[in-house]
Amino acid sequence: MTASTALDSNTSELAQGAPLTTKDGQPLKRSLGRALRREKIRALFLILPLLAFVLITFIFPIGDMLFRSVENSIVEKTLPGTVVALQDWDSESDEVPGERVFSALADDMMLAQELKIHTRIGTRINYDQPGISSVFRKSGRRIKRLDSDASKDAFIALNAAWGTPDAWTTLTSSAQWPESFPQTAIAFDNWKAWLASEEGDDIDPSTQVPYGFTYANLFHDLSSMENGALNNLAKSSDSAIASLFAGVPDAIDNFPTDDFKGQFADIEKGWVNIQNWQAIKRLSPAFTDSYFLAAVDSERTEAGVQQKPANERFYVTLFVRTIVLSIVITLACILLGYPIAYLLATLSVRSSNLILILVLLPFWTSLLVRTSSWKVLLQQQGVINDLLVWIGLVADDGRLVMINNMTGTIIAMTHILLPFMILPLYSVMKTISPSYMRAAKSMGASDTLAFWRIYFPNTIAGIGAGSILVFILAIGYYITPALVGGTKGVFISNQIAYHISSSLNWGLAAALGTILLVLVLALYWTYDRIVGIDNVKLG
Amino acid sequence: MKFTAGLASAFALSAVAMVATAADELPACEDCADQMTIVSWGGAYSNSQLQAYHNPYSEMTGVEIVNDESSAEAVAKLRAMNEANNVTWDVVDVVAADAMRLCDEGLAMEIDADTQLAAAPDGTPASEDFGDLLVSDCFIPQIVYSTTLGYRTDVAEWNGAVPSDVCAVFDTETFPGKRSLEKRPINNVEWALLCDGVAKEDVYDVLSTDEGVAQALAKLDTIRDDVIWWSAGAETPQLLADSEALLGSTYNGRFFSLIEEQKQPVAMLWDAQVFDLDGWIIPTGLDEARTARALHYVKFATDTQRLADQSKYISYGPARASSAPLVGKHAELGIDMAPHMPTDPNNAKNTFLYNYEWWADNRDDLDAKFQTWLSQ
Repeated sequence: MTASTALDSNTSELAQGAPLTTKDGQPLKRSLGRALRREKIRALFLILPLLAFVLITFIFPIGDMLFRSVENSIVEKTLPGTVVALQDWDSESDEVPGERVFSALADDMMLAQELKIHTRIGTRINYDQPGISSVFRKSGRRIKRLDSDASKDAFIALNAAWGTPDAWTTLTSSAQWPESFPQTAIAFDNWKAWLASEEGDDIDPSTQVPYGFTYANLFHDLSSMENGALNNLAKSSDSAIASLFAGVPDAIDNFPTDDFKGQFADIEKGWVNIQNWQAIKRLSPAFTDSYFLAAVDSERTEAGVQQKPANERFYVTLFVRTIVLSIVITLACILLGYPIAYLLATLSVRSSNLILILVLLPFWTSLLVRTSSWKVLLQQQGVINDLLVWIGLVADDGRLVMINNMTGTIIAMTHILLPFMILPLYSVMKTISPSYMRAAKSMGASDTLAFWRIYFPNTIAGIGAGSILVFILAIGYYITPALVGGTKGVFISNQIAYHISSSLNWGLAAALGTILLVLVLALYWTYDRIVGIDNVKLG
Repeated sequence: MKFTAGLASAFALSAVAMVATAADELPACEDCADQMTIVSWGGAYSNSQLQAYHNPYSEMTGVEIVNDESSAEAVAKLRAMNEANNVTWDVVDVVAADAMRLCDEGLAMEIDADTQLAAAPDGTPASEDFGDLLVSDCFIPQIVYSTTLGYRTDVAEWNGAVPSDVCAVFDTETFPGKRSLEKRPINNVEWALLCDGVAKEDVYDVLSTDEGVAQALAKLDTIRDDVIWWSAGAETPQLLADSEALLGSTYNGRFFSLIEEQKQPVAMLWDAQVFDLDGWIIPTGLDEARTARALHYVKFATDTQRLADQSKYISYGPARASSAPLVGKHAELGIDMAPHMPTDPNNAKNTFLYNYEWWADNRDDLDAKFQTWLSQ
């Protein structure tokens, strides 16, 4: 009675717009908000260690790994000048790029071999263009022996000032730098990096004259300028620039080149192979879809995206097989696990404990031990075949092949994953009161009818939980399939492991992993749509 | 009993002598780390290194050596360590192809054989002593091993026929039964072509064409249903011991222990054995003290005597020409090891050194084709 009066007075006060206050005169709303916020922050502090742990050990590494499936900055970083010079090259033409690209390549490679990263980019491009890794590897040491001074000498012959460090100080501080000298700017930075690596950090680049490669790139920048632009440099209002470029517009057409293209062709004939250049150009952007394309058995060629030749397609087959086998294993777990869980739930505590131990015992045994035991049991000279031959069910020369194929994978994995099905089923069945079945029977239902209409629907939540557990664990397994799967019973995870630890093609591994993750999420979403994730019960 | 004791004391003597000579030749390491982590393959192989290299080295220098058995994942782990800027390994044992990859990736440091490795006792510089086996700038060869064939000697169905060359693998008429081969294209495609009439020197030229790859796979296709594919070296010995496979390929050292140590009814062939190399690399990104220690260790561990010592414990051939005459008897079995070396002239009549450069270029491509073929 009193409470309702108080409530009434409260509501009437609210209706009149008079604010509720706490004892110290603060508006109640703000005070409450502050208290709640404090609570929230305190709660956040409590979960902070967990949050940090999950972020650092889980989200961040996985995100980083998945990012590798598209990341491709290595080409742009290792061959910056070449990438810029290649922009003007038509990859659909039948001709290998010209001298301009090769002088940029020579300059990029000079730095790359100094930093010993030229082989790394070879490995990367080799994933898409087999054969190119040795082109880069073999070129490394011979870059230093290239003839590279023709342009430099010509510049100096024209005007001795070109042979001084001041020329470069003038050039780099001019208004046209770096926009008008795209290749030279990159080459100049490359040279500075080379100098730092070769001579140490204490040497000041502004006291040094660049090597010939830088001049070669300057020559190409100048000779590809429109006539007016070059004349403008020679007549520049900046007198230092004007004197430096005086005479250049007339002389530039007669400058000799080093014939880098010819020299590279001598080092390794792969440099004049147009397909190699198409691959380099295709992989120039910082992000690539080449890993994802490879993960679905396709490739990008000059003719666009297309399927790989039939003798190189197998990832899609492998994805399909992974999913189909995982479903088969899940179904096998339901079939085998259901009766056991039923027994566990209905037998007396003493016998059910014994069965529970039998279920859990293999669960506690090492995965490798269990898998190896299956080898002993299933192989053609193994225990099961020996037994069958001894009984006379199969002939000695007709022993069953039960391992190193799909059968082996299904048997071994069903066994390994069975507890993950039995335990959720058992905990759900435990909660079903026996009186339901008795009630159904008392109303005249047969055993079968009572089971299918009363008992089974009550266990669906357990089946759902068990299936999700088993399926998701199965789809990512790789040790067991690798040991007992032979050639037809291996999963996509085996290929992911191979690319991570053996071939070092982490980009492809990341792409395969991303696809697998998306597939699992899609299946989960479908499951949620059809069955509803709320219906999953672990107990 | 007496015999073993005698052998043990003989070994102890030689170990002392060995340490003394080594101390003469090798100057002490100044400003070097006093602990190092050495990565290898584990099992009998690591044990042979422990006996022949680690123990004498620790005894000589007092350095504490930590053993890590991660060589199988060394390439991936080194790359991860390098990205994290935290390289915890000092010396790593890898096969030549992996050394090449690590070198390409900038993960292994370049070694100048003549200045950084020990010369032979007669003064031959290391680069000549190792010769062609220095397949990469970063690689310090240690042993020559080979992948070769073994077969059971008690197969009734073969009616007395005995495999005499590698092509027995493809001859399912004379030699019916399961055979075990490594689950990767390397070695298998070469053998397939050799047994399909391609001359040894033309193998890689043929393989460089699509038709050549198709030819190799077609040859393998004739035995597809009879092959059990292995991925760990221990599998073939096990399969042979169980009669699950009747012939198969694995490393020669595995056959040695199966035949000589476990006395199984198995014999091995040296025909068309495919030579491969195993050796050390030193990772990049170590600080100076650790690099110096690692260099000091490999200089000691790959000198002529040490390489010869290793063959007392395992039947792999020392990578130096100058070590071959020093190969002695097995430390426990007391049998002469020279005839069990893949490099022994009697065994090396018909060998095949696979082309590292070619495989570095074409491995990914061939793998895709091989895996596709397997899954068909």
